[in-house]
Amino acid sequence: MQRHLISAADLTRDDAVLILDTAEEMARVADRPIKKLPTLRGRTVVNLFFEDSTRTRISFEAAEKRLSADVINFTAKGSSVSKGESLKDTAQTLEAMGVDAVVIRHSASGAPYRLATSGWIDAHVINAGDGTHQHPTQALLDAFTMRRRLVGPDAGIGKDLDGRRVTLVGDILHSRVARSNVDLLHTLGAQVTLVAPPTLLPVGVETWPCEVSYDLDSTLTKSDAVMLLRVQRERMNAAFFPTEREYSRRYGLDGDRMAKMPDHAIVMHPGPMVRGMEITAEVADSDRCTVVEQVTNGVSIRMAVLYLLLGGNEPAVSHARPTEEK
Amino acid sequence: MDKQQDARPVLEGPDIARVLTRIAHEIVERAKGADDVVLLGIPTRGVFLARRLADKLEQITERKMPVGSLDITMYRDDLRMHPPRALARTEIPGDGIDGRLVVLVDDVLFSGRTIRAALDALNDIGRPRAVQLAVLVDRGHRELPIRADYVGKNLPTSLRETVKVQLAEEDGRDTVLLGAKPDASGAHP
Amino acid sequence: MSKTLIRGAKVLGGEPQDVLIDGATIAEVGTGLSAEGAEVIEAGGKVLLPGLVDLHTHLREPGREDSETVLTGTRAAASGGYTNVFAMANTFPVADTAGVVEQVWRLGQESGYCDVQPIGAVTVGLEGAKLAELGAMHESAAAVTVFSDDGKCVHDAVIMRRALEYVKAFNGVVAQHAQEPRLTEGAQMNEGVVSAELGLGGWPAVAEESIIARDVLLAEHVGSRVHICHLSTAGSVEIVRWAKSRGIDVTAEVTPHHLLLTDELVRSYNPVYKVNPPLRTERDVMALREALADGTIDIVATDHAPHPHEDKDCEWAAAAMGMVGLETALSVVQETMVDTGLLDWAGVADRMSFKPAQIGQATGHGRPVSAGEPANLTLVDTAYRGPVDPAGFASRSRNTPYEGRELPGRVTHTWLRGKATLVDGKLT
Repeated sequence: MQRHLISAADLTRDDAVLILDTAEEMARVADRPIKKLPTLRGRTVVNLFFEDSTRTRISFEAAEKRLSADVINFTAKGSSVSKGESLKDTAQTLEAMGVDAVVIRHSASGAPYRLATSGWIDAHVINAGDGTHQHPTQALLDAFTMRRRLVGPDAGIGKDLDGRRVTLVGDILHSRVARSNVDLLHTLGAQVTLVAPPTLLPVGVETWPCEVSYDLDSTLTKSDAVMLLRVQRERMNAAFFPTEREYSRRYGLDGDRMAKMPDHAIVMHPGPMVRGMEITAEVADSDRCTVVEQVTNGVSIRMAVLYLLLGGNEPAVSHARPTEEK
Repeated sequence: MDKQQDARPVLEGPDIARVLTRIAHEIVERAKGADDVVLLGIPTRGVFLARRLADKLEQITERKMPVGSLDITMYRDDLRMHPPRALARTEIPGDGIDGRLVVLVDDVLFSGRTIRAALDALNDIGRPRAVQLAVLVDRGHRELPIRADYVGKNLPTSLRETVKVQLAEEDGRDTVLLGAKPDASGAHP
Repeated sequence: MSKTLIRGAKVLGGEPQDVLIDGATIAEVGTGLSAEGAEVIEAGGKVLLPGLVDLHTHLREPGREDSETVLTGTRAAASGGYTNVFAMANTFPVADTAGVVEQVWRLGQESGYCDVQPIGAVTVGLEGAKLAELGAMHESAAAVTVFSDDGKCVHDAVIMRRALEYVKAFNGVVAQHAQEPRLTEGAQMNEGVVSAELGLGGWPAVAEESIIARDVLLAEHVGSRVHICHLSTAGSVEIVRWAKSRGIDVTAEVTPHHLLLTDELVRSYNPVYKVNPPLRTERDVMALREALADGTIDIVATDHAPHPHEDKDCEWAAAAMGMVGLETALSVVQETMVDTGLLDWAGVADRMSFKPAQIGQATGHGRPVSAGEPANLTLVDTAYRGPVDPAGFASRSRNTPYEGRELPGRVTHTWLRGKATLVDGKLT
């Protein structure tokens, strides 16, 4: 992680733990009468969303506003982009307005990387999800949720997820959440298992730092956290699996399957959930399911990332911090 | 960091214990029994000093003394001059600070900028009846109209000197060291 | 007509000799030739090759003159040592009628830098559904003999069979862009470890190999010949090797970039590396070099694909596929084949001039450097080594993957029928 946050793979263990620790302090701001910090006063952040994602945009916006940044929301729909303006021109236009950071969501894998490395703009770039590539703040909020639940909010400070067993189930092939989580969880010392029908696993997955299984039931008993990924119904039409019913039967999480998990184990979902497909209502509404917490934690994580990237004269991570001197 | 060989102690362990006891008595005296006092230490060493003061106040008043911490990092006015710092914990005692007498506790009072940030941070947390300041060392060179209500030791210094507080909880021993800056570039805290 | 004496050139990399050009023809090859009445070019040990022939060039005219024209493309060709290029049919309008191919052929004649031989589309509009008027294109002034839907695959097995059969009547050849369309829907790069990580749609090797396997079997069945465009995988090499051993009349080409670059470069998300077929793995690159050396792959063809700056200065998914190649092809071949010891300069002449001319039935090109032959020649300073500077390209486009990369070899002179088109690295 240098000036930008593009991929979870760019984070060292110390970077990631610093972000989680910072998020833990940010979470406490939400409990105060005034849920606002003056830290990014005078900084302008643009949320540049080329792809609809209301929940991610709102999460970033809440984080930016809690840190007192000036926020500009830019969605591609109905803008000059839909009239054929290029990413480069859009970004340069925004920078000309004095933007310090660009939070970008784009359907093209690598678009944030291009924005950060092509010399088009000088602003910091934060990847809010690109194609089927990466969604690093999602992975960070997932890791944060796991650490809070499995280690504890206070006990977790300074710690990683060493030895925790995390199972990701669903459409790995098309999932930027899966890629980011595999990278980050591995960095944090967790053991990751991917579970999916073979059609929904990418060619080359055997080189990833994780296990792969086609059988959900055998992995559930050995999981501290089970993360379900959304499976879009359209995939059925592209012959990734025969029917929704068969998918649910083999890879969906219902009450019976959840009962096989260890008592402490949690159920996670990045949302939006397709109830009845990858998760039953019974599981989604159970107190082992952290979906709502994940949303709350998302704001804290994004505040932490924004602070650590924009809060000083240079980004905090991967730099030795000076000790305080009086 | 603390490599200067010629650093000399200006307060030793027993001195620190003595001045904290004195400050505790002053707080009781000026706050008329200290029954609405909340002690908030400024991390890192201010928090240890606040806890020590709380212990002493509890001995004097035989009442439980609310003590917490107030991280001022996000309110600093020099954020843009350094990489972002790791955050420390803000821990407000259960009954809050509204209508209470908050005594801020820090190790060294220098430019006053830390205290300004602390006052801003307090503002976002509640509305105290009054705010007072206790410091172990006042080394002068104020850049803002801020003064301490309780001072362990007034220590006239030059800007070429550094004041380093060490406390057992963090550093393994209690001492206050006065030394020369390795380079006299005069960077401010 | 004027005379030119090239003195002390290593003809096809052999011992230094003098070559006397008289008019459009090579008059004499030998040592100590008289310079009387001739302009003398001191070759000083440079390598003299027959003018290069590119069986796979996109000149973009008509339709995309913003990226290349016949004139700028042939100037780029002359700069790269080419005297004959075959222009692909995917123009706007598509070169699927006698009218369009004649237009392109005539523009080439007018340019004077390089002969242009149009390639005709196999199917109307490259749509893969209905055969274009292949015979009419053959009988036109352009005398088309190579047909290709390049950019698109003739994926329908029946259409491919018919095309292979039909062109036998005038000894034509179908050049197949082997890409199974369903297996490559949304494809952005080679499918493998890197695509999995980058989240870019995969273009699997099997999508190329399955079409090549089908087409060599079809060619065998109907007794026709087939040419495989820009072969890019180790598996494709195996299939072509098997087909040749079986006596099937198949020829194949490889691009310079597939001999040098791998999909690891895509990690930069820089669309300058976006090309179709995509850059493959190190293992594929090594198999392609070996196959070019042993003759399994017959020729090097550039797939010179100019694109305007804005089509590459964007995010990967939005970028156009393709790289310019005419002006760097010989350098890349020297780097990957000659300097590695896999091929000598006679081998280069074979893979980049003799064989491509033979496959495309180019008259007057790809001939030996000997007396009485047309003076289509190129002189190469093989000792040169330096960084590629796209600013100096004659092509209208700059989308090279080699910007700043050090490569060996520099074409200093090119002659088209005795007329110098390039002198001391400068176009005439």
